[in-house]
Amino acid sequence: MQNVSDYLIFDAESGTYIENPEQVVRDDVEKHYWLNVVRAIVKDWRLYLMLVPMLAVFLLWRYLPMYELLGCFKVTDSVKPVAEQYYSGFSYFKTLIAGTGTLTTEFWRAFRNTFLLSFYGLCFGFPMPIIIALFFNEIRSNVMRSIYQVITYLPKFMSTVVMTSLVMMLVKQGSLTSGTGIISQLLVKIGAITEEAAYSGLMNNPSFFRAIYQISGIWETAGYDSIVFFAAIIAISPTSYEAAQIDGAGKLAQMKYVVLPSILSTIVIMLITRIGSLLNVGYEKVLLLYNTNTYVTADVVSTFSQRYGIGGTMTGLAAAAEMMNNVIGMLLVIGANTIARKASDVSLY
Amino acid sequence: MKRRLEISELIFKIISYTLLTIFAICCLYPFLYTISASISGREVVDYNRLVLFPKDIQFDAFKGMFGNNMFWNAYTNTLFLTFYGTIWEVFLSVLGAYALSKKRLLFRKGFNFFLVFTMWFSAGLVPQYLNYIATKKVFNAVGIMDDKWLVVIAMGMAAMNIILLRNSFEGVPSEIEEAAIIDGATEMQVLWRVYLPMSKSILATVSLFFAISRWNGYFWARQMISNGNEQPLMVYIRLRLEQYTDPDQMAGWDYPYSSDSVIYSLIICSIVPILIIYPFIQKYFAKGVNVGGVKE
Repeated sequence: MQNVSDYLIFDAESGTYIENPEQVVRDDVEKHYWLNVVRAIVKDWRLYLMLVPMLAVFLLWRYLPMYELLGCFKVTDSVKPVAEQYYSGFSYFKTLIAGTGTLTTEFWRAFRNTFLLSFYGLCFGFPMPIIIALFFNEIRSNVMRSIYQVITYLPKFMSTVVMTSLVMMLVKQGSLTSGTGIISQLLVKIGAITEEAAYSGLMNNPSFFRAIYQISGIWETAGYDSIVFFAAIIAISPTSYEAAQIDGAGKLAQMKYVVLPSILSTIVIMLITRIGSLLNVGYEKVLLLYNTNTYVTADVVSTFSQRYGIGGTMTGLAAAAEMMNNVIGMLLVIGANTIARKASDVSLY
Repeated sequence: MKRRLEISELIFKIISYTLLTIFAICCLYPFLYTISASISGREVVDYNRLVLFPKDIQFDAFKGMFGNNMFWNAYTNTLFLTFYGTIWEVFLSVLGAYALSKKRLLFRKGFNFFLVFTMWFSAGLVPQYLNYIATKKVFNAVGIMDDKWLVVIAMGMAAMNIILLRNSFEGVPSEIEEAAIIDGATEMQVLWRVYLPMSKSILATVSLFFAISRWNGYFWARQMISNGNEQPLMVYIRLRLEQYTDPDQMAGWDYPYSSDSVIYSLIICSIVPILIIYPFIQKYFAKGVNVGGVKE
């Protein structure tokens, strides 16, 4: 005998058709899905209550701003709330991308600067922590290594304000009553910059901005970022080195055949993350370091947006500029994460 | 053969020590210079006759700063923001991370995505600013006129740190929790007596990261706090620096120390608290940057 449907099945014991108990339960679950959800929440109400403050903060101050992004598509009148303004379509985006005025040129300049600042950071800033981690590995004495680590991690914990203030003081301009900053003097001595450039102040010269940004970035983070790589290096078993030594491998060969393959996955993951955040340049550091003289190389999309939206009154346009940047940035992050997942079974998020 | 090996190792060792020492000096030198410059005489600092060791030692720059009410105001404000801000963030993150670490939580994936999405996409500065302005109006309407509370409650909140905490909570063996529940422990008691003691080190790391980011906070405090007397130390330092860059303002300067020394001594005062807690956080660093642990 066969089952006629999911509901009626043949029961061999009694020799008759009976209701399928599993299907009844399944039906019950489907019919009363939300009722069951409510039941579970009521039963575990303490757990859900714990979530509420965190979710509320994220909702109010992370997700609600996204609602303000509607302003990008509306004509801005800062007096009225977003909901009461009328839609203007993509006019802000058109102005930014394909306009003819200074706003368009400034936006593209900012976009280019954003990309270049992170790209140079990728080229010069990324390898530094790896090299430092390799050096740390050479120091056998734990005490000595801790001393080096404590010193090189320190700049990471300084605030952006302190760091930028230090930078500005150390390369400050000269005047009748005071000399130039100590780093400027040093650079003049070794012939890296001219006396005039030092006197007029490196921070006022657009051709030095990128270098200052990268070098201060390395100074700030290279030591601290080496932790990840160093952790990967000390995880290598000493027998691997011994085996290589017995095979006659010199230091360089050991680096190439033992160390590098072992930390390659870490390097790949960090590299992919870095590529994913190519368009996320921290606004605070640029905002504190740049001035009207250095907009040409220093202005990034977030500072452009800050200048016109918070400093000025073009909120819709400024929000549109940053939104474009952030959407492309998000696509990069998601793409990078997907590649990382495929390449190494390790997903970052 | 053996000899060649030793030489290549030795050379690499020498290179490592040399370059690391140079890098360490580069890291440390600006701080040492700052200390020297803050206590050196006016002429020495102004005409840069100072390389490392202080000359014509004076402590008037520090004395002048300690006698300044604005400085103490800013310092107190920073302490206020750091203290309440850290407590608030730890409170939210611990409760949230505990709930998220429970397998029986419904819509767990959804809640996780809710957090992680903020790491991928942010609305941007201007929408955030408009949002804060709107909240400020609500706060004022309710009667909270003190903008510091807005900064305490609304700023910060890094999804990354909550996820670190959640991962650590997930590592607590469920047997221990079950045993506690059989003994009659409530949800809060389980969290307080079982989970927190077992994740002490990650909790310490995360709260110290919260505290440091609060201490270092600048941009939103400057935007949101309208009363100049309530601004934190970082804003105060920046304002002094901005005044400094105008050379005309320095025309009437007749103190025994250079105007640079004021900035340098301010910087020192702002980093001393971090230097004090630095040795305690130092041992937790490796845990805080364990990126491999961030999974959904």
